[in-house]
Amino acid sequence: MTARLRLHGVTPWIVPLLVIAGWEAASRSGWLSTRILPEPLAVAQAFWSLLKSGELLRDVAISSGRALAGLAIGGGLGLALGLLTGTFKTAETLLDTTLQMVRNVPPLALIPLVILWFGIDESAKLFLVAIGVFFPIYLNTYHGIRSVDAGLIEMARSYGLRGWPLYREVILPGALPSILVGLRFSLGLMWVLLIVAETISAQSGIGYMTMNAREFLQTDVVLVGVLLYAFLGKLADLIARGLERRFLRWNPAYQPALA
Amino acid sequence: MQRDWITPPSSGLGVDLAGLGKRFGEREVLHGISLAVRPGEFVAIVGRSGCGKSTLLRLLAGLETPTSGEVRLGDAPAAEHRDDVRIMFQEARLLPWRTVLQNVQLGLDGKDGAARARDALAHVGLADRANDWPAVLSGGQRQRVALARALVHRPRLLLLDEPLGALDALTRIEMQRLIESVWRELRFTAVLVTHDVAEAVALADRVLLVEDGRVTLDEPVALARPRQHGSPAFAELEGRVLARVLRETLPPAVEEPTKPRLVA
Repeated sequence: MTARLRLHGVTPWIVPLLVIAGWEAASRSGWLSTRILPEPLAVAQAFWSLLKSGELLRDVAISSGRALAGLAIGGGLGLALGLLTGTFKTAETLLDTTLQMVRNVPPLALIPLVILWFGIDESAKLFLVAIGVFFPIYLNTYHGIRSVDAGLIEMARSYGLRGWPLYREVILPGALPSILVGLRFSLGLMWVLLIVAETISAQSGIGYMTMNAREFLQTDVVLVGVLLYAFLGKLADLIARGLERRFLRWNPAYQPALA
Repeated sequence: MQRDWITPPSSGLGVDLAGLGKRFGEREVLHGISLAVRPGEFVAIVGRSGCGKSTLLRLLAGLETPTSGEVRLGDAPAAEHRDDVRIMFQEARLLPWRTVLQNVQLGLDGKDGAARARDALAHVGLADRANDWPAVLSGGQRQRVALARALVHRPRLLLLDEPLGALDALTRIEMQRLIESVWRELRFTAVLVTHDVAEAVALADRVLLVEDGRVTLDEPVALARPRQHGSPAFAELEGRVLARVLRETLPPAVEEPTKPRLVA
């Protein structure tokens, strides 16, 4: 039993390890040019030297700051407007059609306009991230509020709940699973949009680091940047999942699988 | 032995319906129902699906407003007694994100809310499940929590909208006994809507039949409690009411065979 468990822990890692070993071998034999792909060891060394010089941490901090600021602005607005249109019929009639139309514009298509409006400084990156994360959160909040079980609302009303207590006890918790789905989508989009924004123009951040390295053919540094983005994306996803487990622990679908 | 949340016993609320009618758009669901329920009485309303019995109950609960007529509770307009009336639905309608205890506490204020909720839970035999999520309870347990949630408000009129309809036969009998025992103890007025004639006869002082939005039968049940499902008097009454309920579903007799009929 324990042996099988240990095997289960190891099995998922066999393929990645083989790929890395094959990659290292191909690089060493000269079959794979370092201009295309540096050897894994070189990537690790580049990572280490960037970490030691403090460059890495600074760039990660700057990129994360941008991502979170964009998320706070776009996500906050999306949440507020979603709550508004989900709760009040008048707000829905007034705003929802407009927002649903704007939603069909891909944020990245706005890049030329964004550059014209904001130039290439910080506000352009914030704007792109904010507008990208706005819609998943808005749509899922709106949908979540709308799909709260009407039977529960009726029950709560007949138990004397009105106004804010009804909202706090029934409507918000009922909408929360959907809102968290929106957050998860947004976290994924957040990094994608930031990568694009930083690749176009930046004087700092992970995107700047990779674009700079490209100029000097430092493929190892480029790869460090790519892996950093992957790592940060995964981290955001884990945080979102943690939030779901914490706030939706009443829901059997979000209980951690039997260990 | 009795806990303080039920003393003093709440006195039942009398119900008076005068020409109560309800229509949804073109469809008239209830036609001028007039009915009096004595304080503390247990009334069961039976009828086939779509006859308007649930609408009648929802009017009593104030979940719908009548198109004509009035609901009076204890000689006052129903609106004055909102807090004395509690309803149990066919589904338990527990908040899945609140624990069992928090569900029972819903709408209770005051510091003793948790203590009262615990007592109510103990009363339905679920004291040990107070901190569980509703998702892990069985259907019968969920309805017991819903019953505790209603009882903790000391209702003077308890409305039951087929609350046992979705339960298996054994759990249903268990729940019937529980409902009967709390009713006998707390003396609230109870109105039970059900499609199960045996359930109506087992619990009620009076069985009403609603057909096409009218009360067409008002049958007192004079059996001693607790009632035995199998006893001859029980079976006789059940059979009589059932025959009356089913009469209209039988193929029409020879009275009107010549009339052409459109079948929807």
